[in-house]
Amino acid sequence: MNIIVCIKQVPETTSVRINPETNTLIREGVKSIINPFDMYAIEEAVRLKERFGGKVTVVTMGPPQADAALREAISMGADEGVLVCDRAFAGSDTWATSYTLSGAIKKIGVFDLVICGKQASDGDTAQVGPGMATHLNIPQVTYVKKVEEATDKLMRVERMLEEGYEIIETPLPALLTVVKEINEPRIPSLKGMLRAKSAKITVWGQKDLDLDPQNIGLCGSPTQVVKIFTPAQRLGGQIIKGEAPEIASQIVELLRSEVN
Amino acid sequence: MDYLLTDEQKMIKELAHKIAEEKVRPVAAKHDISEEYPWDVLKVIGESDLFGLFIPEEYGGMSVNIMNLCLATEELSRACGGIAVCYAASALGTFPIVLFGNEEQKKKYLPDLAKGKKVAAFAITEPEAGSDASAIKTTARKEGDYYILNGLKHFITNGGDAETYSVIAMTNKDKGARGASAFIVEKGTPGFTFGKKEDKFGIRASSTRELIFTDCKIPAKNLLAKEGMGFIVTMRTFDMSRPGVAAQALGIAQGALELAVKYAKERHQFGKSISSFQGIQWMLADMATEVEAARALVYACARAIDAGVKDVSKESAMAKMYASDVAMKVSVDALQIFGGYGYMKDYPIEKYVRDAKITQIYEGTNQVQRNIIGLQLIREMAK
Repeated sequence: MNIIVCIKQVPETTSVRINPETNTLIREGVKSIINPFDMYAIEEAVRLKERFGGKVTVVTMGPPQADAALREAISMGADEGVLVCDRAFAGSDTWATSYTLSGAIKKIGVFDLVICGKQASDGDTAQVGPGMATHLNIPQVTYVKKVEEATDKLMRVERMLEEGYEIIETPLPALLTVVKEINEPRIPSLKGMLRAKSAKITVWGQKDLDLDPQNIGLCGSPTQVVKIFTPAQRLGGQIIKGEAPEIASQIVELLRSEVN
Repeated sequence: MDYLLTDEQKMIKELAHKIAEEKVRPVAAKHDISEEYPWDVLKVIGESDLFGLFIPEEYGGMSVNIMNLCLATEELSRACGGIAVCYAASALGTFPIVLFGNEEQKKKYLPDLAKGKKVAAFAITEPEAGSDASAIKTTARKEGDYYILNGLKHFITNGGDAETYSVIAMTNKDKGARGASAFIVEKGTPGFTFGKKEDKFGIRASSTRELIFTDCKIPAKNLLAKEGMGFIVTMRTFDMSRPGVAAQALGIAQGALELAVKYAKERHQFGKSISSFQGIQWMLADMATEVEAARALVYACARAIDAGVKDVSKESAMAKMYASDVAMKVSVDALQIFGGYGYMKDYPIEKYVRDAKITQIYEGTNQVQRNIIGLQLIREMAK
């Protein structure tokens, strides 16, 4: 089973501070880590490889220092790393990012599965995974918490919902996004770390990928950040006490008066 | 201080640190209370290849390197001296096979020990033979293709949980120290049973048990080296393992120091952080200096061994003695900085005091280490 894992390097959220004037992240001096949700994606890919054989290729789009994230994934058992890196990609929103990454995946060519974390801890959009599936025109299953079975052609997974889960069977190739319930990411091995240190990371820029220049980077990004602000704290609130029927009628009354 | 570690050594330190913080520290108090052997943690350590640091590559390890082993032991001990010693004691039990095992013995035992699938233990101490190791009474009598072991070992770290034991027994009582031999004994051998598990002051995550040999019949091919080599095997093993005990002590001291600095910053009295008081700062300054001095000595000793320096008995005794004395002093001072809270089991610092104490006692009490150093000084003068 040939698996592609798409990961993102993010600032370690526990140590992030916000610039109060611009409301943007202060990135200086903050350690970069692999997006925590992507760790589950890497672990699941390595486990599937251990079960079914094949190869795990990790892909990330980012600045040159994102190389470290790919090496960390290799130390956990991934085989190869691809860094999608070009000034032309800077400023990409989720749409342009998923378009660009899908271009890299097309260039890799043969694959059975793409796995992503459910979302990145910095942007929190959960859009890049589904976006890639759309650009690649393959089925997607989001919020996967367990891979039950897999063959060459099919995979059966459990998809987490707010209450319970659903079992979905999808033809392959497909794209999964995974939640933290799916596994416990391993600690790398020393042999893995040594392998990662000397591993060759493939770097692809705009000229290496077959992409429409209109759809990449800042100009290819329909999302515009107009303003960033901290929402005002909600004040007070009202606690209604009593038996359920009483409370219900009081709530109805309150809602009515709000509407009027 | 920058110890100019190689890239591989930095990786080992980083990896052991990660295991210590993510897998060891969260369960340290639990194991201290329950005395349950930390198999889950050892499994992670095994999968991370760290058991390979004391085993040659051709037998599934990462090659034998005392400095690397010290780095891993130090980092693990920062989080829990008890869990770390389960790891370090496996190195102690494995060294006799690495140093003196023949090809067949190495092939049979080392691969599983390198992966942490099994752990090892070293057994010389007996109720009447502690610092005076030559007083051991356990016997091994040759009968055809077998040796028959009889006797009692006690205070054996990893005893009962280890699968592979390096055991020292007398093959010829008349020859005194030259009559001792070393054997590999597997758990489950008929006649080999375990006595009581000790209820200890510290390092409670580790197991310490009696080993009882009652007409225990082991194949003659389990003899390590030759008959009569038992004490040479022991001395060479201790030369390799002593820096590991020093590294364990160093890790405990470092861990206690870090907790003390953190607490001093957080704790407020008289309207300010107690870290702003000179009295506290001076304590922390002394503690940090002593820890650094211990580290310099331990690393220098480990590197000398790796570089093949022949006689390191004196330096290795110095490293073990000094690092463990520092661990004791620093952990006690760290508790003092915690004040009344430090005395309570709700806080992690009192465990460091308990864990530190054993490092002054086992693998040669610090008084025995001083004997080694003193004797060596006199010998050098006589040359």
